[in-house]
Amino acid sequence: MPVIQLEDIRKCYHVSDTQDVHALRGVSLVFEAGEFAAIMGPSGSGKSTLLNVLGGLDRPTSGTYHLDGEEVVALEPDRLAAVRNEKIGFVFQNFNLLSRTTALENIELPMMYNRQGFTLKEIQRRAREGLEMVGLADRASHYPSQLSGGQQQRVAIARALVNRPAVLLADEPSGNLDSRTTLEIMEIFQRLNAQGILIVMVTHEPEIGQYAHRVITMRDGRVCKDVPVAEPFVASREKERLPADTREDASDE
Amino acid sequence: MNKYFLMLVAVRALRRNAMRSLLTTLGVVIGVGAVITTVSIGHGARVQVEEQVNRLGQNVVLVFPGSRTLGGVNIGGGTVNTLTVEDALAIQDEIPEVVAASPEVRSQRLINYGNRNWFSRIYGQSADYLQIRQWPLESGRMFDEEDVVRARKVAVVGQTIVEELFEGMDPIGEVVRVRGMPLEIIGVLGRKGMSLMGSVQDDIVLIPYSTAFRYVSGRTHAMVINVQVFDQGAMSVAQQKITDLLRERHRLGPEQDNDFTVQTQEEVAQTATETSRIMTFLLGAIAGVSLLVGGIGIMNIMLVSVTERTREIGVRVALGARNRDILRQFLVEAILLSCIGGVIGILGGMVCSEILARQAGWPIQLPYTAMLYAFGFSVGVGVFFGYYPARKAARMDPIEALRHE
Repeated sequence: MPVIQLEDIRKCYHVSDTQDVHALRGVSLVFEAGEFAAIMGPSGSGKSTLLNVLGGLDRPTSGTYHLDGEEVVALEPDRLAAVRNEKIGFVFQNFNLLSRTTALENIELPMMYNRQGFTLKEIQRRAREGLEMVGLADRASHYPSQLSGGQQQRVAIARALVNRPAVLLADEPSGNLDSRTTLEIMEIFQRLNAQGILIVMVTHEPEIGQYAHRVITMRDGRVCKDVPVAEPFVASREKERLPADTREDASDE
Repeated sequence: MNKYFLMLVAVRALRRNAMRSLLTTLGVVIGVGAVITTVSIGHGARVQVEEQVNRLGQNVVLVFPGSRTLGGVNIGGGTVNTLTVEDALAIQDEIPEVVAASPEVRSQRLINYGNRNWFSRIYGQSADYLQIRQWPLESGRMFDEEDVVRARKVAVVGQTIVEELFEGMDPIGEVVRVRGMPLEIIGVLGRKGMSLMGSVQDDIVLIPYSTAFRYVSGRTHAMVINVQVFDQGAMSVAQQKITDLLRERHRLGPEQDNDFTVQTQEEVAQTATETSRIMTFLLGAIAGVSLLVGGIGIMNIMLVSVTERTREIGVRVALGARNRDILRQFLVEAILLSCIGGVIGILGGMVCSEILARQAGWPIQLPYTAMLYAFGFSVGVGVFFGYYPARKAARMDPIEALRHE
């Protein structure tokens, strides 16, 4: 069974009486578990709106959206919040960590909203595990301002995954990062993906798209191209080709 | 999100802006502190008044010039010159229920002794005054009828005078000067403490009223006549007889109002209680207003905080927060702010009222019910003024919020 099944999703913004903006004009897509897909397209093509719909932040005007077997479009707001919490992990372009909140506390956040009723001990243990997974165990009590961009994005990834979601949604995850750090993030994505999690990533950089296994190109609210990547880049290998002096982490400790 | 995490999240959020949080609570701190302080002062004053009623003297009736009304317009004693020494003597001589009557005249004068001086109140009284006030002498003697008749320059002084001018040494036989006029000290009064109005009663110089009229005050009329009635049961009769006598002496027609007021000690105390009650009420109202202002301060900061944390709200929603989680979070933050303010305010109020009570020598009365009310009120302030910003936060569109810079 597919993890995500979109059927004829349309989103229409009513701007004024005479003008409607059609952000999505009938998108049908299926994502299976273990896929790593990149959504590309120029700005205004509807890729951000699509990601918002996928993330349960925006409701489509029409169409159906099945996530992990559950129809999402018609869900009441509280249940939708639960779906966001349990089944979806978000990674944002600007990391969106809570400022003046430690790395560990940032990762604790999604579990506090979880309906399973974690205890604080469990939450802290799992947050620590999350930090270890992204290699930042020693940064637990650091504030975002004390972390480099790459480290912040790794904390954000740990936060996105801490409730063990079915899908990881990434919105321009490398938009604010230099090339080496971008590769590190892609490396993490590929590693996670190898463990079976579905990753859907929006990017406008064609090169980044080559780390995914499938590239969906959007134009004017429609999917205009949906092709598998014949030979995806392997981030860990690409990293070795970089000159050594571009290491970001070493400079800002 | 369960209550425990809600608390934790709110505490963390407030800690992130610790200084701002503390300043935000200041309004509530001052409001609650003021409420506690005023109420406890009111309590203390009332207790004090009740104690003073008995200390005022035994079965005392006071006659004031002019008409004084209870709870209404109050023409203070001494503003109208209607009471004479002869009135006092007539009261004493002609009314059988009256044991003694002392015409009183007060002046504020600088008193010199050697190279020291002290600004004090000089009271002209009759020889019976100490008996009327039930005020014992510590040493020496009170001036007698003879001293009064001859307007001798003798004085009986209070403890404050002994402390300030004589540094505790025995003043009897010493001579002080008031505007160059010598006064021989013949007696020292026992310690009396604070009066109804909060003045130190020990800061006093008693001299014969005749001496006061002739050499000190420049007045011709009594400011008050202190009258002692022989029995508690005869108070109202005596009051009536004094009224009749003075109306007759002042030749007042039946249609004319009294140009004097006769009050018993209970009535005087009642006036004082009433005054302190009104003062407490007024101060309490001001305190309540400052609590309100404190609440508005909290609302203001919460609104700023909601705008400032727009992105945070977006992130929380994306991570699975329900609208009601967001609403509760900001509400709990506001309530927490006002509660912290309430607790600090109560502690501050306790310290303030303790200090004030000690200064005034009052019994300390901590108003526990007022504390409870003030705390409850500050929680209410938090809920009331926190709700609007919290609702604003909860209604935010997460997509817009995430895009917010």
